[in-house]
Order: sequence, then C-alpha cells, then structure tokens
Amino acid sequence: MPLLSVEDLRISFHQRDQTVEAVKGVSFALEAGRTLAIVGESGSGKSVTALSLTRLLPEPPNCRVTGAIRYQGRDVLGLDRRSLQALRGKEIAYVFQEPSSSLNPVFTVGAQIAEAVRLHLPEIKDVEAHVIRALEQVGIADAARRHTSYPHELSGGMQQRVMIAMALACRPKILVADEPTTALDVTIQKQIIDLLRDLKTSTGMSVILITHNFGIVRGFADDVAVMYRGLIVESGPTEEILSRPKHPYTQALIACIPRLGARQRRLATIDHAAIARALETKI
Amino acid sequence: MTDTAPVSSAPLLEVENLRVHYPLRGGLLRRVVDHVRAVDDVSFPGARGRTTGLVGESGSGKTTIGRALIKLAPITGGSIRFNGTELTTLSNREFLPFRKRVQMIFQDPFNSLNPRMTVEAIIREPLDIHFPKQGVAEKRERVAGLLRRVGLEPDHMHRYPHQFSGGQRQRIGIARALAVEPEFIICDEAVSALDVSVQAQVVNLLQDLQAELGLTYLFIAHDLAVVEHISDHVLVMHRGKLVESASAEEIYREPKADYTRKLLDAVPRL
Repeated sequence: MPLLSVEDLRISFHQRDQTVEAVKGVSFALEAGRTLAIVGESGSGKSVTALSLTRLLPEPPNCRVTGAIRYQGRDVLGLDRRSLQALRGKEIAYVFQEPSSSLNPVFTVGAQIAEAVRLHLPEIKDVEAHVIRALEQVGIADAARRHTSYPHELSGGMQQRVMIAMALACRPKILVADEPTTALDVTIQKQIIDLLRDLKTSTGMSVILITHNFGIVRGFADDVAVMYRGLIVESGPTEEILSRPKHPYTQALIACIPRLGARQRRLATIDHAAIARALETKI
Repeated sequence: MTDTAPVSSAPLLEVENLRVHYPLRGGLLRRVVDHVRAVDDVSFPGARGRTTGLVGESGSGKTTIGRALIKLAPITGGSIRFNGTELTTLSNREFLPFRKRVQMIFQDPFNSLNPRMTVEAIIREPLDIHFPKQGVAEKRERVAGLLRRVGLEPDHMHRYPHQFSGGQRQRIGIARALAVEPEFIICDEAVSALDVSVQAQVVNLLQDLQAELGLTYLFIAHDLAVVEHISDHVLVMHRGKLVESASAEEIYREPKADYTRKLLDAVPRL
C-alpha cells in the first residue's frame, strides 16, 4: 500500500456565480521514501493539489474538493479538525516558495521551530536542544547562537534552511516542497536542492517537489507528474520523462528551457492550440 | 539628437572605472566610518545593436550598475559615456534627453505597472513627457501600434494591469519602454519572474525587437543560462567587482574566473 494515494482529485473554486475548476481529476501515488516531482506552470493546479493533501484550502462552499486522498490508508477528506491538526506538520510538512513571508518577523526562528515541536512532539523535554539539532541538520553553522536570530537577520537562503528545519523538526513522513528554490539565487538554489537530497537520504522521508522548472528535477526526483490545466498529462520515472517525453506539452516544456552552450538562435515556445488538440484526441 | 556624430562602430555605451559607494556611518557623531562598495571599479563597453549580459547573485551590484546608468544610483567615481557624451557630469536637466534614449524594463510586472492606470495611460505617460506636442489621436495611434508590436491587441489599451497575465504585463512594460523610441534598453531581471514557457516568448520578443529596431541591450539577470542565450558578451559580477568579461561562447567553453565556474556548475543540467 502506498504511503499516500490520490484518486480522481477534483478541486473547484466558487465565488458568486463564477466557478473555476482548478484540478480536473488527478490521480497519483507516493511510496515511502520516494520523491515525486509535480511539474507545471502557473495555473496548472500543482499548488492547490499540494495544499489539498492536508486540506489547507478554503472550506465549502467557496472551494470543493472531491475524489479520494488516502494517507496510510486513512481518508484525509473525511478527517475531523483534530485529526487534521495531527496530520499537518507532524505527518505531512510543507516548505513554501517565499521564506520571508512564511516566517513570523516578530519571533526568533528558534521560537518558531519550538512552537511546532511542542505541539507535535510533547514527549520531548529539552525543546531547545532539539531545535538546535534541527538547525544543525540543515547546515546552519553556529546553530546554538543562530536560533535566537530574527528572520530579518538571515539571508534568503538561510531563511529557507530555517523553514526546512521547522518542517523536519517534527520528523514528518512526507515533505511537500512547493517551489522551494524559486525565490533564491542559482548557487543557493543548488545548495538547497543538495540539502533536500541529503536529508531525504538520511531521514528516509518521502518528498513531493512542486516546481515549474524541469531543471531541478533531474537527479532529485524518482518520478515526475506533469500537470497542465488541471490534468496530469504525463507521468513516469524521471529519466524516462526527461529523455523520452511522450506528451507534446512535456516535450514543449522541456524544449523551451534555455540550455548552456547550446547557442540556439531562438528558444522554443509552447503552441497551446496544438496541445489542446492533443488533449482532445486523447480523452 | 545633437551629439557630434560618432563613428558607428564605437560602442554606444562606455563605462570606465564606475564606482558606487554608499557611506556607512557610525559612532556618536555619525561620521563616515566605511563604505559599502556596491560597484567597485567596473569597466565595460556596450556594443551598438548588441546585447551585453550582466550576471551575478543578489548583492553583486548588477542592478546598481543598471540604475547608475540612468542616474538612479549615486555615482561616486568613474565615467559613463553614451554615444560619446559623458553622462556623470550632466545636471538633471541636461540629462533629460538621455532618459528618452535609455529605457528600463523591470523584473516584476506586477509592481512596475500602476494598477489604477489603464494600459493606454501607462504607455502614453512617457509620450506625454517626451513628446508634449503630439496630439491625443496621434498618441493613441502610437499606443495601438506599440501594443501590436509586442504581440498584444490594440483593444487591450482600455484594460487595467490586473486583467493581464504575468507575461502579458511584461509585454506592456516592454511597450512602455519602446514608446519613446530608445536606443538602449536596460532589462533588469526582465524575465526572471516568469514561467519558463512565457520566459521563452518574452526572450524571443526582445530578440525580434532588437533585430527590427537595432536596439542595444544591457540584460541583467541571475540565471546564467538565459544570459548566455540572449547575450553577445557576458559580464560576471561578484561582490561589486567585475570578475569576468568575455563573449557568451567563451564564458561557457572556457570560464576563467573561479566564481564563473561556480555559477556554471549551479545551473541545472537537463
């Protein structure tokens, strides 16, 4: 049995008489210890899919989620508030794109990590030591001093490390990383991806990486699901998708990334009309 | 323009020993104790009709260079010559004609367009400043033409920025920059906030416009792959200093500076 399975997930948003169907029937499964990358562009539905896994979306009637989400066999969509609290952060933890807006500016980073630890791991007596270890684990030098820093005293890369430390402090089984490196410089981006890879190996947790950039997927994710306009258009092992993409959208999305040293005259672009035709013939 | 006619093979832009230092004050009397050397002794040419790429991480000084070129950052030393004219010694009044010839496209199309202005008003504003004698009908015609040129519809001029996607908004920013028929455009992280497919469209558009209008670009970005793709010549900045200056091909094939190699290594391979 997979650790997490999603079947025919549909998510729609309702406002006055307007309805937007953001996710239109998505299915995937995540085994323990595996890494799945969900790749798609703005508006593809990848982030709402990630948020729905612990029901972080608005409540009905503004938002409706149907289908099935099973975590260790339990039906997430049927959980009560208390069970959801236990699921969020403890079992499935998140790291978001913009660390500066995810951290509370008026508390020290140590206090913010400690809050999660006290809530989810009440058996831990020396919370401070646990927090310092969590910061050391994400490569923050001098963690014993750094845990009393405020977010603004840290660089963007350091802040993202703090967010990862906070997510990992409660030893979740799944880490959902939603565009964790998009706001960071390329060299810092590489450091964060390398860090996530190391942590994945050392802790054995599963990772869901949400990204618009195929570039960071290779060498990181075992499997890839490509989302386009609320649907998964293609999924499979990373190497296979990258070297032999079958769906025209996947092919186009890979082709439009500038490559170092390629000296192309022009960049490829995506012909959305052709992809719409391909989607219609398939359904 | 009234400059003495320069040889057309001379670079449009010549930057020499440019310095932008910000004073750091300290102590009881707030005396200047040190300086932040945001840009330290940077020299480069900007070849006419070509793209010069400027790459570096946050805090490397790349944006400050772009801002210094249009007098938006305080220059503490060095020289900037545009088409043979020294810019650093000009008063703000004397500088005004250059504001028309040098335009800027910013990173964030969400923050660089006024949400309360229609697209027409946004694109017309630079025309009102630099072409005050033009009539309303003529300006409207120009706005329509500019929208078409950047791949939008003339009808779009009546809409507001929030009614457009990120890529479309960046096209509006490009139309605004083109409105005054500049020779030189500074693109400061102009495609960094866009999805990869939209990024490709905007990069292609910038290249088409360059071929069509003979524009000279300074393309500032942190993504080396994009910079290498669009640029003829690449400058690498690190902590306020220029660590490497080479053709786009050389920078990829035989990078000389350690820092350039580090940047190259950080680019994900597909």
